[in-house]
Amino acid sequence: MTDPLCDRTATELAEELRDGDLKASEILDSCLERVDAVEEQVRAFLNLTTEAAHELADDVGRRRADGEVLWGVAGIPIALKDVLATKGITTTCGSRILHNYVPPYDCTPWARLKAAGSVLLGKTNCDEFAMGSSGENSGFFPTHNPWDLSRVPGGSSAGSAAAVAAGEAVWALGTDTGGSVRQPASLCGVVGLKPTYGLVSRYGLIAFASSLDHVGTFTRSVSDAALLLSAIGGNDPMDATSLPDGPRDYTRGLDEGVDGLRIGVVEGSFGEGVEEGVAASIRDAVDRLRKLGAEVGDVALPNAEYALSAYYLIAPSEASSNLARYDGVRYGLREEGASDVVEMMTTTRGRGFGPEVKRRIILGTYALSAGYYEAYYGQAQKVRTLVIRDYEKAFESFDVLVQPTSPTTAFELGARVDDPLAMYLSDIFTIPADLAGVPAISVPCGTDGNGLPVGLQITGKVLDEPTILRVASAFERDLGTAFVPPLVAQLRE
Amino acid sequence: MPVEIDIDHVARLARLDLTDEEKSRLRVQLGVILAAAARVQEVVAEDVPPTSYAIPRSNVYREDTPTPSLSRDEALAGAPEVEADRFKVPRVVEME
Repeated sequence: MTDPLCDRTATELAEELRDGDLKASEILDSCLERVDAVEEQVRAFLNLTTEAAHELADDVGRRRADGEVLWGVAGIPIALKDVLATKGITTTCGSRILHNYVPPYDCTPWARLKAAGSVLLGKTNCDEFAMGSSGENSGFFPTHNPWDLSRVPGGSSAGSAAAVAAGEAVWALGTDTGGSVRQPASLCGVVGLKPTYGLVSRYGLIAFASSLDHVGTFTRSVSDAALLLSAIGGNDPMDATSLPDGPRDYTRGLDEGVDGLRIGVVEGSFGEGVEEGVAASIRDAVDRLRKLGAEVGDVALPNAEYALSAYYLIAPSEASSNLARYDGVRYGLREEGASDVVEMMTTTRGRGFGPEVKRRIILGTYALSAGYYEAYYGQAQKVRTLVIRDYEKAFESFDVLVQPTSPTTAFELGARVDDPLAMYLSDIFTIPADLAGVPAISVPCGTDGNGLPVGLQITGKVLDEPTILRVASAFERDLGTAFVPPLVAQLRE
Repeated sequence: MPVEIDIDHVARLARLDLTDEEKSRLRVQLGVILAAAARVQEVVAEDVPPTSYAIPRSNVYREDTPTPSLSRDEALAGAPEVEADRFKVPRVVEME
């Protein structure tokens, strides 16, 4: 039996769409059928935009009939993390404080996809304001991992990862500030790409920590990641941090292999805190890359052990400033009955934000307050410089670096909610690339003893997406495993 | 060593209303988190310049060409309370 359309890769679907063997509406129907079958259990979406999706799919058909040449992302259903602004479609950031916010404009990544004929399925659940590593900090409900519904999908882009793993969407966009694309991709057995800082515009991405926020992709193949990045990347005058480089076709050169490439295995990949099932899969992956012709060696990032500490000062500090705008004046929730404006703001924020967001606002406000700034924020910024220097030194000897994406596979829902520090450790391997702005991809590389997926993280130099995609693609081809969650396998029987 | 934080003071700075229960929980949790974050102080970095942006861009200019912006109605559409084309808030100034 052939796979349902919703379980196929965008690269395959795009070819058939272009050749006229398939209609966009057929793919959409397949995705919506899957949503009907699994969404009640997975809960990936905060908002399904079914009616608009049918219109977008029909529009692709009309444009093709009129002779317009569309390819690539046209007609492929996509899900967007609910921190990305969509004109006329509620955008909540997973927060009660924005429960009714309808943006008057589109974020640039979606504007580009829409113009190219992409079909929006809906907005996905996430940790509130993208703060979290399990999806459980959503102000609405937790998302479940399609591989084991009693476990978390990872976070913060929980719903985007779960929707792609479950075949509800062919691909999705998320955001990565400390690992929020790569870690859930790893826990859900899909490909997660965080590009170089500034490669994808953040215009319309509702800010969490501006010096660390990246837009990234969730796909079921490496070539799909390359295709999606090609559609959303490139300079945007609306984002002052956007790099000057124009759009680029990342689908070229994916099959060039790894022969002769120098691959550094990051120290600590098999050390303390790394589950045995994860370590075993990563060892196999390294062996596989060696057999494919890569020169493999060990590499140290000595300051990475301080990266987590630096991140938990820098990110909350920026968040405390960015989230000051939610004050009940211009949009979102307002708590009624206050006698003056300060009381209105204070009670609105107290009622609208959840526990993790409050924790980080207080932490960031403290770290930036008089008398503590130099010891905490100032020192964290210096550590950031040292993390960047570590990467520069490592890339003198290696083309790419590999390590686990996450020290563990998916954990049980509720297991870490009362221990924020344990939750923060989920991002120990992903945070350094956000601090340094370098591109990194997580690609499924095996399963542990519980049958849960493990992700291999491949990190490259600034703007060297082509090389990490090439390594990931060679690895994926050689491994040759389809990562299909039991939930989906059952439906196909 | 957990770090001691004056939660009331910081919550006031952040304009964040917290219940007593939230305050006591935050005091404990943030003490532990800050003790872990304070590890950055172990790094000897006197001569190291701070980084605010990993890939900094400065002086990004464009032509000063006027383009359409949001209409007043669109800008006000999400506001909890509007009066005479303005955002309305509870009183700001103390009354005599």
